[in-house]
Amino acid sequence: MRERLLTPRSIALHAVVVLGALVMLFPFVWAVVTSISPGSGLSATPQLFPDDPSIAAYQQLFADLPFGRVVLNSLGLAVAATVAQVVTSAMAAYGFSRLPFRGSGAVFALYLVTMMIPFQVLIVPLFVEMKALGLIDTYLGALLPSVASGFGVFLLRQAVNQVPRELDEAATIDGAGHLRIFTQVVLPNIRPAVATLVVFGFMSSWNAFLWPLIILRSPELHTLPVALQTLQGQYTTQWDVVMAGSVVSILPMLALYVFAQKYVVQGVASSGLK
Amino acid sequence: MSAPTVAAATAATAPRPPERAPAGRRSGRGVPRAKRVGWILLFLLPSALPLLAFTIGPMLGAAWISLHEWNLLSPMRWVGLANFADQLGDPATRNAFGNTLAYIVGYMPLVYVGGLALALALNARLKGRSLLRGIYFLPVVSSWIVVALVWRWLLNPSVGVVNWALGLIGIDGPGWWTDPAWAMPSIILASAWKDLGFVMVILLAGLQAIPTDVIEAARVDGAGWWRRLRSIVLPLLSPSTFFVVVITLINGFQVFDQVYAMTGGGPDGSTETVVLRVHALAFRYGEAGGAAALSWLLFAVILVVTVIQVRGQRRWVTYA
Repeated sequence: MRERLLTPRSIALHAVVVLGALVMLFPFVWAVVTSISPGSGLSATPQLFPDDPSIAAYQQLFADLPFGRVVLNSLGLAVAATVAQVVTSAMAAYGFSRLPFRGSGAVFALYLVTMMIPFQVLIVPLFVEMKALGLIDTYLGALLPSVASGFGVFLLRQAVNQVPRELDEAATIDGAGHLRIFTQVVLPNIRPAVATLVVFGFMSSWNAFLWPLIILRSPELHTLPVALQTLQGQYTTQWDVVMAGSVVSILPMLALYVFAQKYVVQGVASSGLK
Repeated sequence: MSAPTVAAATAATAPRPPERAPAGRRSGRGVPRAKRVGWILLFLLPSALPLLAFTIGPMLGAAWISLHEWNLLSPMRWVGLANFADQLGDPATRNAFGNTLAYIVGYMPLVYVGGLALALALNARLKGRSLLRGIYFLPVVSSWIVVALVWRWLLNPSVGVVNWALGLIGIDGPGWWTDPAWAMPSIILASAWKDLGFVMVILLAGLQAIPTDVIEAARVDGAGWWRRLRSIVLPLLSPSTFFVVVITLINGFQVFDQVYAMTGGGPDGSTETVVLRVHALAFRYGEAGGAAALSWLLFAVILVVTVIQVRGQRRWVTYA
């Protein structure tokens, strides 16, 4: 029995949700409007429809920064970090769920502990370590701290725990080993959780600021947030350029979420579970 | 029973049967012990090695630094536990923990209730549901640099939209982030607004895993909306709720970006949180040892809070 769409209650729900969406959307609209209003300052109230819209800020962005390069840097690092995180997290999740050993609870707790210390205090020791490894000002140095994630392991372990063991047993009887059970039984069944991790993993790398700022010295290695920060210093009053950069930085994330969201829904639907 | 595909975070700490299984039982299948150890290493090392090298290692490095006086430039000088004593005795530490706690107390209920309401609303049949979910997720993916600017402008005491709107209904709006009493509420408001989408995504995944026939059966039995929510949806959602609470508390204790961008800890230290203080100690006052000590104190607090939650989950978290 499905609810009809045109009940007073449904209309009220639509109204509230849409109104809320407008409130959520506002800052983004504001950023877009500011980015196409040349010479806009922060103190002035931006007009919803600028008198003289222009894409000059976007052109300036591409002219003043090695912008294509910067976007590619961010994209490359984010994709590498996300792929690495998904692989390492899924494997660990399988290990914790399917290969329990004496003390595995304690080891798992150690994974959780990695989330509990402010990153600000890890920076100095991490920098010293990277220096010893000769990885300052390299992509690898920027990437390595995010190839594994306690959050990812936590998220995926919960999902693997909910995959019925009967499926493993059946596969074992068919002669499958751990590698096959992992890739062909467990992984297909935790796709929604993996999609969630893809979104959050990509997001944290894409928006990462402090670590790339410290380890990537050369401008041609800079990532988007780092480059945007230098912009903010260069043009203290040119908010249109700063906002143009912000808009550019948000779009890929949004696209990824829309894509992943469909995937999550598909995953749920394909399991035959409503 | 657990369903084959259970969405994402639903998950949060699922049934734990396998964990405690005696090691010998599975090897009953005839897998030699050495081979089993090999499998365990194969699956765990890819994550364990980087975490050890790039998180646990630096954590121990920070612990070592916390026992020294060090301004990041001149050689380190051993001071034992003096940094810990200094930090514990410093009124600024108490202030920072107080502010962090105030943030958590204000932020958690807002973001949880808001995120739950949003997840329930966007799980219902709605026109343009995917688009709406995308819009509510927009602030999550935006950087705090942009969001903080916008909120500072929205909450500007003289030219901001919020006070203008309050003025329309005859309320003289407060000074928001310029007023020590209102600065933290401003940050809480902006943070809850930004993180609603995060909570929504996790809870939506949990909601989607609840079989509709269970809810339908309750409806047929005459249970109203509120009753269905309280007696069926919330209990079945509790693993996701647990995950959300654990993660947002861990993050809440480490609140930094938004404070740094919105108020920088002011006015008058009224929004200086623990991590902000850590940052200032290390990079402004050249007290790397004190910063490391304070971080370890914060870590201890987070650890205790998390352990209490994990221990306490049996009282309220129901697993399918």
